[in-house]
Amino acid sequence: MSALILIQVNGCDVEVPAGTSVAAAIARLELPFRRSVRGQWRAPLCGMGVCFECRVHIDGVAQQRACMVPVREGMQVSTDD
Amino acid sequence: MTDHYDVLVVGAGPAGLAAATAAASHGARVGLIDAQATAGGQVWRHDVEHGDTALARRNVAAALEHPGVTWLAQTRVVGVEAGALLVEDPKNARWLRYRALILATGARELLLPFPGWTLPGVTGAGGLQALVKQGWPLRGRRVVIAGSGPLLLAAAVTARRHGAQVLGIYEQASADNIQRFARSLWRWPGKAAQAVGMRAQLVGAPYRCGSVVRRAFGETHIQSIEVDGPRGLEQIACDHLAVGYGLLPNVELAQLLGCDLQLVGVHPRVSTDAQQRTSVEGIYATGELCGIGGRDSARFEGAIAGHAAVGDDAHVARLQRHRQHARRFAELLDRHFALDPRVHALAEPDTLICRCEDVPLSALDGYTDARSAKLATRCGMGACQGRICGSALAELARFPRNGSRPPLFPARLSTLGSDPSSVR
Repeated sequence: MSALILIQVNGCDVEVPAGTSVAAAIARLELPFRRSVRGQWRAPLCGMGVCFECRVHIDGVAQQRACMVPVREGMQVSTDD
Repeated sequence: MTDHYDVLVVGAGPAGLAAATAAASHGARVGLIDAQATAGGQVWRHDVEHGDTALARRNVAAALEHPGVTWLAQTRVVGVEAGALLVEDPKNARWLRYRALILATGARELLLPFPGWTLPGVTGAGGLQALVKQGWPLRGRRVVIAGSGPLLLAAAVTARRHGAQVLGIYEQASADNIQRFARSLWRWPGKAAQAVGMRAQLVGAPYRCGSVVRRAFGETHIQSIEVDGPRGLEQIACDHLAVGYGLLPNVELAQLLGCDLQLVGVHPRVSTDAQQRTSVEGIYATGELCGIGGRDSARFEGAIAGHAAVGDDAHVARLQRHRQHARRFAELLDRHFALDPRVHALAEPDTLICRCEDVPLSALDGYTDARSAKLATRCGMGACQGRICGSALAELARFPRNGSRPPLFPARLSTLGSDPSSVR
């Protein structure tokens, strides 16, 4: 089993194996990802960087596709609220 | 910042890995880029919990560990100039200059709108596989797999291996078509063995043909679905629906480079000759980009392009027979998994078609081209640049997708400001 990586999503700690995507880490906390322009909750659809439904803030940078980014120790992620 | 390569390969799936390995075997200086953090593409995507198959490991290592290959992970193409690509990684932008360019950009899923498809808990079938391999939690969850094509079985196997309770696999193709498909598989013994192996791993999970998921229900997350099958309508409570209607070539980069495309039905693929040369001098296209044929045709075509790009015609000739055999499998897929008209009629007037801009189907009535629909309704104007809704609308026979324009993906302003003259 690979090493565990600790990140924070909306201020909550979540520890996941190295190589896990930010998307999967968010899903472990059962959080939604973003609100659509009409205010609906959205979560990943394509899983491979095409649909942009999984956009979140990562370390202060907006519009990052959570499915494309592996977790890094100490990463700060925030979803829409 | 600029790098120069004899051969630059875009995409590190089976085709791109084979291309890079083949070109590097002749001493070429090869650059291999992929938008993902790990090589393997979708079919050999690294599984965080279960690791990789021996075949995937071998092919990834052959390319990445070759001293002639420079591996550039998390690198996406933003723009193009003659003989160079503008790329960005999480930190920097740069121009990659090439003598020969091999495109191996693979495929994405055809995701079609139906009431409820925007609910969290609804993903593509390949989409679920990709998410799960990167740690998406499925243990104990009730999962329905639906849509069309052999990928459904693979997605179900992956879901089950990760602890999901697979409630059923709902294939839209008729039972007759699936039986005909299965009977033709003997000509591809590897694929037949794979199919048998997957079914064996799915004991207890029903495989229903002629069945279409009509809608998904839920407030903030999917709770149930309605399936239209040979036995009538059926409601199924579930935690996750993975539904994909087959694969589409990712032609955007090839299109931006000016490569000739041809339509397969309503969706474009890149035209090539038997050496994988596109209509543009020095640019090759391989694998799913040239029509959905699966892993084997991708590997042979990647190798052909890699040898052709450095002028080894003898090697190219030896691989032709394999390529043709693998390609015939693609024709088989097209024939037996053709979409049932019911699938095209699932979206209702208030079903959102463009998920980036929340544009419903009814707002698109009366438009006959993507550009005027976009200008009036914002359909296709969002971050995915019409990759989802544009392909769906083409499939639903509304209008074809727009041509691709730079930037190919949303990019940082600093990237767009990179000076192409620094290439020389």
